[in-house]
Amino acid sequence: MLIDSGSPGAVGTIGITLTINGARREIAVAPWTTLLDLLRERLDLTGTKKGCDHGQCGACTVLVNGTRINACLALAVMQDGAEITTVEGLASLAQTEGRNSLHPIQEAFVEHDAFQCGYCTPGQLCSSVGLMNEGHAKTRDEIREAMSGNLCRCGAYTNIVDAIEDVMQQEVAR
Amino acid sequence: MTVQFSPAAGHDRFVGRAISRVDGPAKVTGLAKYAGEFTALDLAYGVVVSSAIAKGRITGIDTAAAEAVPGVLKVLTHENRPATSTKPEDYQDAVAPPGAPFQALASDRIAFSGQPVALVVAEDFETARYAAALVRVTYATERPHTDITAQADAAYDPPMKRAGIKPPPEPWGDAAKALEAAEVRVGAEFRMADEHHNPMEPHASTVIVEKDGTYTVYDKVQGVSNTHDYITSAFGLKPEQVRVLNPYLGGGFGSGLRPQYQLFLAMLAARDLRRSVRVTLTRDQMWSFTYRSEAVQIVALGADRSGKLTALRHDAVQGTSQFEDYQEVVVNWSGVLYECDNVALTYSLTKLDTPTPGDMRAPGAVTGVYAIETAMDELAYATGQDPIALRLKNYTERDPTEDKPFGSKALRDCFRQGAERFGWARRDPAPRSMREGRELVGWGMATGIWESMMMQSSAHAVLGADGRLEVGNSTGDLGTGTYTILTQIAADTLGLPMEHVTTKLGDTRLAQAPVAGGSWTAASSGTAVMKACRAIAEQAFKLARGMENSVLANVDFERVVFTNGRIELAGDPGTGIALTEVLRATGTERLEATGDAGPDKDFAQNYEAYTHSAIFAEVKIDEELGQIRCTRIVSAIAAGKILNLKTARSQILGGIVMGIGSALHEESMLDHRIGRFMNHNLGEYHVPVNADIHDIAVIFVDEEDKANPLGVKGLGEIGIVGVAAAIGNAVFHATGQRIRHLPITLDKVIGAD
Repeated sequence: MLIDSGSPGAVGTIGITLTINGARREIAVAPWTTLLDLLRERLDLTGTKKGCDHGQCGACTVLVNGTRINACLALAVMQDGAEITTVEGLASLAQTEGRNSLHPIQEAFVEHDAFQCGYCTPGQLCSSVGLMNEGHAKTRDEIREAMSGNLCRCGAYTNIVDAIEDVMQQEVAR
Repeated sequence: MTVQFSPAAGHDRFVGRAISRVDGPAKVTGLAKYAGEFTALDLAYGVVVSSAIAKGRITGIDTAAAEAVPGVLKVLTHENRPATSTKPEDYQDAVAPPGAPFQALASDRIAFSGQPVALVVAEDFETARYAAALVRVTYATERPHTDITAQADAAYDPPMKRAGIKPPPEPWGDAAKALEAAEVRVGAEFRMADEHHNPMEPHASTVIVEKDGTYTVYDKVQGVSNTHDYITSAFGLKPEQVRVLNPYLGGGFGSGLRPQYQLFLAMLAARDLRRSVRVTLTRDQMWSFTYRSEAVQIVALGADRSGKLTALRHDAVQGTSQFEDYQEVVVNWSGVLYECDNVALTYSLTKLDTPTPGDMRAPGAVTGVYAIETAMDELAYATGQDPIALRLKNYTERDPTEDKPFGSKALRDCFRQGAERFGWARRDPAPRSMREGRELVGWGMATGIWESMMMQSSAHAVLGADGRLEVGNSTGDLGTGTYTILTQIAADTLGLPMEHVTTKLGDTRLAQAPVAGGSWTAASSGTAVMKACRAIAEQAFKLARGMENSVLANVDFERVVFTNGRIELAGDPGTGIALTEVLRATGTERLEATGDAGPDKDFAQNYEAYTHSAIFAEVKIDEELGQIRCTRIVSAIAAGKILNLKTARSQILGGIVMGIGSALHEESMLDHRIGRFMNHNLGEYHVPVNADIHDIAVIFVDEEDKANPLGVKGLGEIGIVGVAAAIGNAVFHATGQRIRHLPITLDKVIGAD
């Protein structure tokens, strides 16, 4: 599928290939288009949020090749060939790991009420998965520290830590 | 009419329990859509150009370079702005303060820094953003006045009072004389910072132009009806020409109470271009409208040696804009909280060259209660009293400002249960008496208070032949849990499983409800939903009784219960009929009803309604570096019936976290030379992050209230009130330094003498 993106009239486009939530997509993208704007405005993947566009709030956190990044600080053209997972793909990420329905972190967020308005939530979820992939954070203090790039104005922090700790313990038990 | 939410009305199976939010799955999968995420095939993108000065006028605006960029559709400025209503009152929304509301692009005048001066509309976002940078504006600059201290002498009593905001009560006794004669006196000036709401979702409006020329508007607002009425009056449209929706709000905290300028600009461009337009503000533009304006406060307390208050003064001067007299309740709380024979409370405004301040979570109470509750801690030390004992000594069972009893006030239980959970009895009151390694440890406490209100609200309910129920109204769920609690109430009232109930909110085609704010939504919309469902229950019962050979033929409505999808004789589950059977047998396609709720006049005449809390805080302070950590909070809340323990606890947690921000982090810094908030981004305006938040315990104490049939008093605000005072009092206990200027940052801890 070829998708026009950005403003070819002003700056032209460059062809890239991205695998987004498991689907391979060929995209003609303007070089000034961020990964975040590409997802939200061109690919109708509005689950990834724009909170500041400056890399200061973490609402746009997605997984690129398994690593959490701020999609607002990444130009789409620089991600050519990358595998990207957004909040919309977390459930299917869990399915490829042999589970059904939601990803355990999504279920834990609901169970622990780790959000209120829900706007920072996709970023918190992707960041949580990224954090667990990194494998550095073990204690509550370490989780707090490593999740501090994701602001939550509703103040769900303690519940977010509860949810992540819960999933980490499930992983250990497995 | 009084309707009791008795078990007979349902089985109280969901209300009162800890239930996960019904909108949770949509929010964790990215399917929940917010105002700036709805789209249309013909969508164009608008980017706002903001004023570089705070006061003066535009002398020239050159849009040629922007217009020349391929893909740019239009650049709107004050020079080519299409006509809208010329009457200032047409821009007054439902919660506007007295004055003439700001109108974007109305003239060449600049009234505040960041004021929108142009809207660039283009085929795509990047082009609009690029072209916006090419708009050249020249200004004739005047000196702005934004320093509340410098303007305090020009303070005035607002001539027009804001609806719903009680001015300070008339003084009683003689506070000045009593203060003079008091055995013990404490008094000081209290300051805090300007704060900005900064919900995670920036303000956005998507205006979709439908084929028939009507408008479907998705707006970031805390109540779609407010946006709807604002648009129709400002743009001279008929009510049916505009539909406003906002199913999810990415945080409001008061910033979404009033329609903001991105809505007006998106409408202006959409009407002009006859195509759909979305305008999303940038994060730095979130500093260009509404904020919690700081107040200069003086509190003076007089007491006898035992700590009994004999005199209380609380004076506040607060900033507002040049064009509106924004007002909030700052000083009245001091009069409501304590019994004292000589009380004088004053509140005045002073004009600043800023946007109009607005309600921010517990507006006025965050400000005023910080001052009185810090002063009470000072009085505790001055009289050698335990802070709780001092508050109990001055406890009042009546609201002294109205001379009426409280409908309910379980604050004593808050003190007792909060203190027990926190371990307050182990506290050595001497400052600097507790230490852990290189950190000083401090324990402080404070009281919180907020008004409990109800607003006129309607709700509609439809029971289908399949036994599924749909309820809803036009209020918004800000993340407060409104979808969930309304679903619980509806399910219980009609005895249905929650999965069979769908709640719809945030659509002007639904029953009318006011903006969600002031902690009134649960009581107001909750009661309306309950009444609508109760009316359906009565209809269903009448149908059931009239059925051929009905087992309920000779039974009164009062004797049946609604449970398991059935109408049953109370105490005799075998005698009953399924609701689906009632509709099928009577050939009824559906049952529907509207419920209306509003303040109970009898109650309001006889009682005053407030929620209360007791907050206990622990801080640890690195003595050399001055770094402060708030390591523990216990908040005991008395707020009537708790509908959902899970979402209720989250609301209080959120209030506490924002309270910690207010105490230790949040500060919008004005450069008074240019009248601009300088730290207009989330890197420099510090909100609490995960690492700042440690252990928080929330306790809901039992409290029975009768202001509404649900017994609900509201939770949106009470969590934050008093938190800053409790933390400041803990800082004093840790260090012996009384810092009376929020936020308490490390420079103040190190620099204070």
